[in-house]
Amino acid sequence: MKTCLIVDDSTVVRMVARRILGELKFVTREAVNGAEALESCARSMPDAILLDWNMPVMTGIEFIEMLRCMSGGNVPRVLFCTTENEVGRIRQALDAGADEYIMKPFDSEILHTKLDQLGLIDA
Amino acid sequence: MINPDDFDFIAKLVYDRSGLVLTPDKSYLLESRLVPVARKHGLKGLTELAGALRARSVQLIADTVEAMTTNESLFFRDTKPFEQFRKLVLPRLLETRTSKRSLRIWSAACSSGQEAYSLAMLLMEEGPKLAGWNIEIVGTDLSTQMVERARAGVYSQFEVQRGLPVQMLVKYFRQDGDKWQIDPRLRAMVKYREFNLLSDLSPLGTFDVIFCRNVLIYFDQATKARVLEQTARRLPPDGVLFLGGAETVLGVTDRFEPLPGERGIYRVAPPTPPLPSPALMPLAMPMPAMAAMGGRR
Ligand SMILES: C[S@@+](CC[C@H](N)C(=O)[O-])C[C@H]1O[C@@H](n2cnc3c(N)ncnc32)[C@H](O)[C@@H]1O
Repeated sequence: MKTCLIVDDSTVVRMVARRILGELKFVTREAVNGAEALESCARSMPDAILLDWNMPVMTGIEFIEMLRCMSGGNVPRVLFCTTENEVGRIRQALDAGADEYIMKPFDSEILHTKLDQLGLIDA
Repeated sequence: MINPDDFDFIAKLVYDRSGLVLTPDKSYLLESRLVPVARKHGLKGLTELAGALRARSVQLIADTVEAMTTNESLFFRDTKPFEQFRKLVLPRLLETRTSKRSLRIWSAACSSGQEAYSLAMLLMEEGPKLAGWNIEIVGTDLSTQMVERARAGVYSQFEVQRGLPVQMLVKYFRQDGDKWQIDPRLRAMVKYREFNLLSDLSPLGTFDVIFCRNVLIYFDQATKARVLEQTARRLPPDGVLFLGGAETVLGVTDRFEPLPGERGIYRVAPPTPPLPSPALMPLAMPMPAMAAMGGRR
């Protein structure tokens, strides 16, 4: 079973993501900001990270920049999942090392196809 | 509720024009899709619509048939076929067509264009390898509205997130508010036109690759066979046909055979050799061997 770390300051978004990822047979962990997410990754790297952009304490961009410098930090596939939908923002995320980018609102089909293309869905 | 006579009449009309099969359990679908068509034409309801259809109003017939099509599509639908195209089919074609330097691909039943544009993106990704090649992608659909949408190449935020890797989105689309417009270079690679798969396919010419996906599922056996048989004539002996995940040629026609080891891809079957005439058979041939020869492949 693959693991996914959900990083979002919204309880509702985390709940929706947890439900969809559960249906896709992921074991999920949660963090409410980038700093918590870094601690979680330091304990063990997940296979995937669903990452919000705007969060208090540490943003998604700050998080991924630090993650990609950590030992083993290139392992997780990082999917941004945010209301930021400007193409400039998408480019910024990709430059920082993101693998995919989801513009909210999203649904289970979008998440499913994106995870599938990253090779994270077991046939 | 639509009355059974009107249902039968409309179902038959849609079937004759498009091949789409509407069984009585689909009457809810017919109602939900045709009430808006009736309104658009200033008709009160389905009874009036059926009446006007019986009077053969051309635009109304077209709108009615079109309303019964299911146009759902997404970029790189099912992923696998596009991988097979890129890794297996395309390299072989680049080799065999190297003197002609031309490639024709058909997205039959293209809906809003995602399939044809996905192929265009894959070809674009090949880069310099295809420089100087004459590449034509043709997208056709029965629905006027879908062909217009495909041509425009403008998609919603939802649509560009279905199946399209974000790297391709950034590379091949221009953002315009909450819409995404496909790159003019890709638009130029694809020609869209209205076309009914039930009509004579020969005016389209021949293709090296045909994607005919997720449309045969709406047809009955006879229509499937007819469309596939016509499709076979649009392919050279080394051409290939891609079908949708729930579609097959097996048990429908023997004009196609599966590409060995590849799911979902088919090639034109070689003509079956005529059975040897009994007069030429050695007289002493034992019975079991004769039986084996009689069976087709
Ligand atoms: C579900 S879409 C398939 C789109 C795309 N090929 C894919 O796989 O995503 C089916 C399309 O078939 C078209 N269609 C139905 N009957 C047709 C016919 N007789 N001739 C041409 N197109 C037809 C519909 O208009 C619709 O856009």
